[in-house]
Amino acid sequence: MEERIIISGSGGQGIMLMGKILAEACLKENRQVTWMPAYGAEVRGGTAYCMVVISDEEIGSPYINEADILVSMNEPSLYKFKKRLKKEGILIVNSSLLNKLSAGRKARNAYPFSDIALGLGNIKVANMVALGAYLALTKKSALKKNILRVIEEIAPPDKKGLVEINKKALLTGAQLVSPHNARTQ
Amino acid sequence: MAKSKILMTGNEAIALGAIDAGCRFYAGYPITPQNELTAFMAKNMPKAGGVFIQAESELAAVNMVLGASAAGARAMTSSSSPGISLKQEGISYIAGCRLPAVIVNVMRGGPGLGNIMPAQSDYFQATRSGGHGDYHCLVLAPYSVQEAYDFMFKAFALADKYRNPVMILGDGMLGQMMEPLQLSDNRKTGNQKPKTKIWMLTGCRGRKPNVVKSFYLQEGDLEKFNLTLQKEYRLIRQNEQLYEGIFLKDAKIIIVAYGTMARIAKGAVKKLRKAGKKIGLIRPISLWPFPGNIFRRLAASPKRLSFLVVEMSYGQMIEDVLLSLNGKSPVEFLGRSGGGIPSEEEIINKIKILMK
Amino acid sequence: MKKIFSYPKSLKNVPTHYCPGCGHGIAHRLVAEIVDELGIREKVIAVAPVGCAVVAYDYWDFDCCEAAHGRAAAVATGIKRARPGNIVFTYQGDGDLAAIGTNETIHAANRGENISIVFINNAVYGMTGGQLAPTTLLGQKTATTPEGRKAGSEGFPLKISEMLARLPAVKYIERVSLHSPQEVIKAKKAIKQAFLNQVNNLGFSLVEVLSACPTYWDMPAKNALDWIRDVMSKEFPLGRIK
Repeated sequence: MEERIIISGSGGQGIMLMGKILAEACLKENRQVTWMPAYGAEVRGGTAYCMVVISDEEIGSPYINEADILVSMNEPSLYKFKKRLKKEGILIVNSSLLNKLSAGRKARNAYPFSDIALGLGNIKVANMVALGAYLALTKKSALKKNILRVIEEIAPPDKKGLVEINKKALLTGAQLVSPHNARTQ
Repeated sequence: MAKSKILMTGNEAIALGAIDAGCRFYAGYPITPQNELTAFMAKNMPKAGGVFIQAESELAAVNMVLGASAAGARAMTSSSSPGISLKQEGISYIAGCRLPAVIVNVMRGGPGLGNIMPAQSDYFQATRSGGHGDYHCLVLAPYSVQEAYDFMFKAFALADKYRNPVMILGDGMLGQMMEPLQLSDNRKTGNQKPKTKIWMLTGCRGRKPNVVKSFYLQEGDLEKFNLTLQKEYRLIRQNEQLYEGIFLKDAKIIIVAYGTMARIAKGAVKKLRKAGKKIGLIRPISLWPFPGNIFRRLAASPKRLSFLVVEMSYGQMIEDVLLSLNGKSPVEFLGRSGGGIPSEEEIINKIKILMK
Repeated sequence: MKKIFSYPKSLKNVPTHYCPGCGHGIAHRLVAEIVDELGIREKVIAVAPVGCAVVAYDYWDFDCCEAAHGRAAAVATGIKRARPGNIVFTYQGDGDLAAIGTNETIHAANRGENISIVFINNAVYGMTGGQLAPTTLLGQKTATTPEGRKAGSEGFPLKISEMLARLPAVKYIERVSLHSPQEVIKAKKAIKQAFLNQVNNLGFSLVEVLSACPTYWDMPAKNALDWIRDVMSKEFPLGRIK
């Protein structure tokens, strides 16, 4: 089973970190995983993205032309990548930063990640809210434990205070998804 | 219990691999997409008791490596395509002085300033000496973060064994991507005293002075030196050909790809196999010496075989495949460069056309 | 009987390839004498340039490394950082140090590398046949300035020593000359100081040595020495710069 995920948004939204945390958690489950960032001039001011591939077998290309899942944290990144989402793929969008009409065909997975994060007390944890929603939508509740561990491990010593709000954000995100919306794997 | 793996980028894995292999001298100059390598060295080389220098240019960096190597240190530099062009002067001198050194090229698109996307368009430069003179670098092409790390051990060992520069040829994708990495059981941590080599410059205590040079002015001397090099290169060609082959036994078409391109090709091969197509893969790991023996062996077999070379260039390694096969099997090509990367789908489509 | 003078141990007893009246032979010998006097022959590693002194390692009897044209300061940096206990010096001409190697020179100096540099300035390219050097004087005829150097097209003689002296990490810079026995004695004192600074870990030292090239100045050896005294040292004043 291989899953190819594009996580996209704008610089400062913690796009790279979101992918890294997911990759680290998969590593804890001894799965094959690759993480591939946008780099260089591409990350200056424009759209930020990273590509994560999770598999039980050796992974071929870490670069994704056809995604199983697209997470878009803002509108420009949605336009940039929606063509790469497979027909049966899952689109997860941040409706806080989206014109309501532009979500398109899979708008049912649109959640106000930024607003929810703001409500939790820090807009920067929108990425963890989205990651929580992703886990629920793809029925990866088992991975949640490892993601929480990674969040604890990677927080720098002077920022341990951020661990709790990030954990809370992840759990809040997971609860956004009603069971019938979750994909059967 | 199996040791736990760590998640790391290819660039960082190369740097860590070098330090773990006993490299204690690094000089480099910033260039994308290999900056994480230089930054990792800046942070970790001093901790290992080694030297890190951000040089004023690629020229200076490679010549610092020449000096450190002449003084006996395990030394390396890294860059990406345009910077590697600048380093060619120093690489030629390193080969001419018969010094061990490792040079890493995390390739990007060219020619000129090109772009920072992954590419494989420096194959000719890497395998055909690159600088002036009749010399070769040994060239290794890792295709995973694990190999990026592991090959540093191999690279320094080969450099010492043959007193010759070794190039690690990666690309922006390998440099930037993260993958799980298992560290070696033989990590060389802490201060590493340079191994004694009879030619190295240490000050002439208790021995005749040593001279490290590539200059042979007297008639006949340079030819003699070149013949020594050629003898060494024959040995390298005999002993150091490396490749990975999969599904070669019953394959009708064999895809040939190296580095990152081989990952994508392998994905395509597996899909084609699932669909019942008899496709194999040869992944050259040493690009110089090119693993020509396996091609010659396959071409000598009575069954009809054809090859598809896939590169992130417009056809460079294909020349080595053609030379190795010497007209005995048909060879097709699929390549993109300058930002384009042949995808699994493109490879599969090409194979389907060839099978018609 | 006490021996008061002998051939330097650090100098091989072989004829050099230098032209009659050339300063390189004297400068080589000064370096060899200093290495002997400081008792550092078994610790010294020299970096030879590309230029007339390209085969300096055929004359010195201690460890030597070749450097590509202009890269001596980078090579020396590599050696010294890898072996801080050794005494590392470069010996370079004006083209090598102040044209193609300007970048390497300035940055080694600016890092305060603990190395010594002997910089031979003879205002011309010798090995390649007498072309314009960065230090060629205005009006001086060379193979590539047949009408003499003009400021308008070739710029002014480059005063690399004065430029380097402005860098905070530079410890010691002096300009000396080889045009008379008195000046040779002063030159030796300065070069010795540059080596001593390194022995004492004081940092980057450079001695610029004005040296005759009768062949490409197109004058007899005696006149060449006088020309340094009367003309060249006016453009490149002698003495301690830093």
